[in-house]
Amino acid sequence: MLEVDKDRARHAVQPQHAFLVTLKVNGEEHRLNVDARTTLLDALRDRLHLTGTKKGCGLGQCGACTIIVDGRRVVSCLTLAVMNQGKEITTIEGLANGALHPVQQAFIEHDAFQCGYCTPGQIMSAVGLIQEGRTRSDDEIRENMSGNLCRCGAYTNIVDAIKDAIAHGLDPREAMTQAVEAIAQDAGREA
Amino acid sequence: MNVPLKAIGQPVSRVDGPDKVQGHARYAAEFDQPDLMHAAMVLSTIPSGTITAIETKAARSAPGVHAVITHENAPRLPYAPMAKRPQVDAQGGDQLKVFQDPTIRFNGQPVAVVVAETLEQAVHAADLVRVSYEHADGHTTFDRARGRAPSRGNEKAGRPADTEIGDADAALKSAAVSIDANYVQAREHHNAIEPHATIAAWDGDHLTLHDKTQWPDNDRDEIAHVFGIKKENIHVVSPFVGGAFGSALRTWPHVTVAALAARVVQRPVRLELTRRQCYTSIGFRPHTEQRVALGAAADGTLTAIVQEAFGQTATYEEYAETTLDPARNTYACPNVRTRYRLIEMNTNSPCPMRSPGVATGMLALETAMDELAVALRMDPLELRLKNYADRDQHKNLPWSSKELRACYRVAAERFGWSERTPEPRSMRRNGHLIGYGMATAVYPSHRAKASAAATLLRDGTALIRTAGSDMGPGTYTSMTQVAAETLGLPVERVRIELGDTDMPYAPVHGGSITMASVGTAVQAACQALLDDLAGVVKASPDPRLAAFKAGTPEWRDGGLAGPGGVISFAELMEGLGFDRITAEGQSAPGNESKTHSSAAFGAVFAEVEVDPDFGTVRVPRIVGAYDIGRVVNPKTARSQCVGGMVQGVGMALLEQAEWDERFGRPMNGNLAEYVVPVCADIRSLDVTFVPGEDTIFNPLGVKGVAELGLSGVSAAIGNAVYHATGRRVREFPILPERLLMG
Ligand code: FES
Repeated sequence: MLEVDKDRARHAVQPQHAFLVTLKVNGEEHRLNVDARTTLLDALRDRLHLTGTKKGCGLGQCGACTIIVDGRRVVSCLTLAVMNQGKEITTIEGLANGALHPVQQAFIEHDAFQCGYCTPGQIMSAVGLIQEGRTRSDDEIRENMSGNLCRCGAYTNIVDAIKDAIAHGLDPREAMTQAVEAIAQDAGREA
Repeated sequence: MNVPLKAIGQPVSRVDGPDKVQGHARYAAEFDQPDLMHAAMVLSTIPSGTITAIETKAARSAPGVHAVITHENAPRLPYAPMAKRPQVDAQGGDQLKVFQDPTIRFNGQPVAVVVAETLEQAVHAADLVRVSYEHADGHTTFDRARGRAPSRGNEKAGRPADTEIGDADAALKSAAVSIDANYVQAREHHNAIEPHATIAAWDGDHLTLHDKTQWPDNDRDEIAHVFGIKKENIHVVSPFVGGAFGSALRTWPHVTVAALAARVVQRPVRLELTRRQCYTSIGFRPHTEQRVALGAAADGTLTAIVQEAFGQTATYEEYAETTLDPARNTYACPNVRTRYRLIEMNTNSPCPMRSPGVATGMLALETAMDELAVALRMDPLELRLKNYADRDQHKNLPWSSKELRACYRVAAERFGWSERTPEPRSMRRNGHLIGYGMATAVYPSHRAKASAAATLLRDGTALIRTAGSDMGPGTYTSMTQVAAETLGLPVERVRIELGDTDMPYAPVHGGSITMASVGTAVQAACQALLDDLAGVVKASPDPRLAAFKAGTPEWRDGGLAGPGGVISFAELMEGLGFDRITAEGQSAPGNESKTHSSAAFGAVFAEVEVDPDFGTVRVPRIVGAYDIGRVVNPKTARSQCVGGMVQGVGMALLEQAEWDERFGRPMNGNLAEYVVPVCADIRSLDVTFVPGEDTIFNPLGVKGVAELGLSGVSAAIGNAVYHATGRRVREFPILPERLLMG
């Protein structure tokens, strides 16, 4: 017979190995209790209800969960929430600043998606790569975007969109400077 | 405002684009529910046998766990038989009934589910469940000797065991030139980037399902039968689907698992398949082995086509495909014989995957046509034109439209086919062997009964609702265009809602039928709305409307035209004192499939670049020209075609389940080892639509796109590899080792 021990189960609502963490996401601080095993991805999606960051594999193989942490592209399924306290976390929801980010706009214009499920990850990777100055040729874009799978096969449109965003909305040199600064800051912190 | 007078045919950017690029579009797993609990499944680890013991004590006492459900304690479910299984299900055998008995039918079958407060707790506890089995003999090898004819259900569903016109074997024997070869196509997995997920929530005997599905209405029917409840008590919500390609046509056992778990714990439950589980808890394109023999006169006229296929199916269910459809009607030939056999294996059930059956059949047929062209010393394109089918000879019907000749011409020109030197290994660039190959693309066009509701709101904007889905092709956008054009409104003033069983009935979002089915229903609903409105205007005593009553109403520029200009919808609604007015529209297939055969057509040309030392193949470009009837949105239609080309690259060169015959399961159930095309694999993809309109097939004149986009692509690539290297690899995907050792 099926037994459901409601009292005991309710008692266990608090996750085991719970940690109180503060996550700074899109400029806003959130205090929450997480299980030590909670990935940053699951914390964003299930706890903060920022479901724009997508879960495609949970193994770091598809890129759908790509976000930017302290200026670097990170697959959020391969890092734990507790490891990301005090860091600047940017998700797809934090990209538009009043108007759409140039990469978001270019994705719409170039139809750089169909189902849209890989799209937030593609966009975050593209934004990160442009900032890092790693989008200097079609081949470089293709190579560096290859960690973001698109099963709908929008790759050619994605490459066109990224080039268009660079041409019309984003100055890669300026972005490069920002990236260098971010890396320098990072190095400073680690030192 | 820039108002396109004609919304249909415009490259309108996706209306759901802003939501998708900002992460606001909500997919099945993303609907927050109060007190949501999480489920994790335990799957069988043997292919065949019986559970002798299932130890759940450790799992039950793990923190946060509310229930561990197995066949020993699960409520008995009615699984009421349906009068007729929906066409998306296997048409033979019996569906898997979860947790109803201890029998193991395949490796990866759900044997338990753990429900806990958090995902981490559920996953951990699922690891603690121990299952003991008694092994039974099963079938984990693909053994042609066990091939058997499909059962009556599949015969009736258009998967016949044997067909013949003329005498193909005799014609083959006496043919001036002939080829006879065997082809293998690997088991492929859909691998949509969104994993399948279900959130189930009961309120008394009312069930809400947020589910990944290509057919909300059938999802509801299926679960109603499983639980023996009225379908009116089930509400399925599925506004966005993160790709599916056929994997979400039918309702899989895990949806039942989620609903069952939620009923046991009396709280909403979310069950999200892991990527690995997506290899056994849903379907796949079955491993298929084929023989094709072709005979021709010296001038290339086909005299014999023999195509035989062995497809893989499960032991409990019989899934069959239309693999041999193309053999019967793609080319004109007086003698055609087909033979279809199924091989039962201890595996989860296969299911349709983009261009189901047809992609598989075309892979073999179009490779064989290339082999015949080589044997004839004839240009492969010439050979196709020589045997052009002006009628559907299998059904003995004329085509409702066919612009395939134009497709061949346009694609060949854009590709530069005339620059090809026919000798294999005769073209080189930078030390690489270059090959040009081509193939025909075809996919039959169908339509089904559909309905939609059109509402005009007080502000003069329109709202369209239908239960259909949009898994990516752009249903939201194309339906908006159909409505805008019918109502004479700019697209910005039309809003559309999809994917909810509270909305008017829509058929399955698959088989490329959506535009011809739901599109015509949207058109009918908008027309009905205008007719209703005209009636109300005629009856209105309002003097301001008097001028608009004469003659046939003319709707344009966002309102009703009269002698003094246009009165806008908003003014009309105001004058009539209405908040909203709604009309429903239906569409259904007519007699057209009795008088005509309908299909979308295309021609695909591919260039490959082969490294002669390593056997690696790159595809610098693919060019396709397509006859899809009227093009509603060239932007989104193009995306469907390039998407098909990308999946074709996968089918030709990369994708295969690495099957472990010892355990009867794929070894590479993840996205690093099951290799799909990535951005760096794809360079130039060129798509053209040839002019066409098929108003015999349906009033909108559309055919279908998605399936067509994959058809023929992998054969064109394989043929290009032959041209580059002189090696014919007949086992797909064409891996470097197969090419080097071939
Ligand atoms: S848009 Fe569907 S997976 Fe990329």
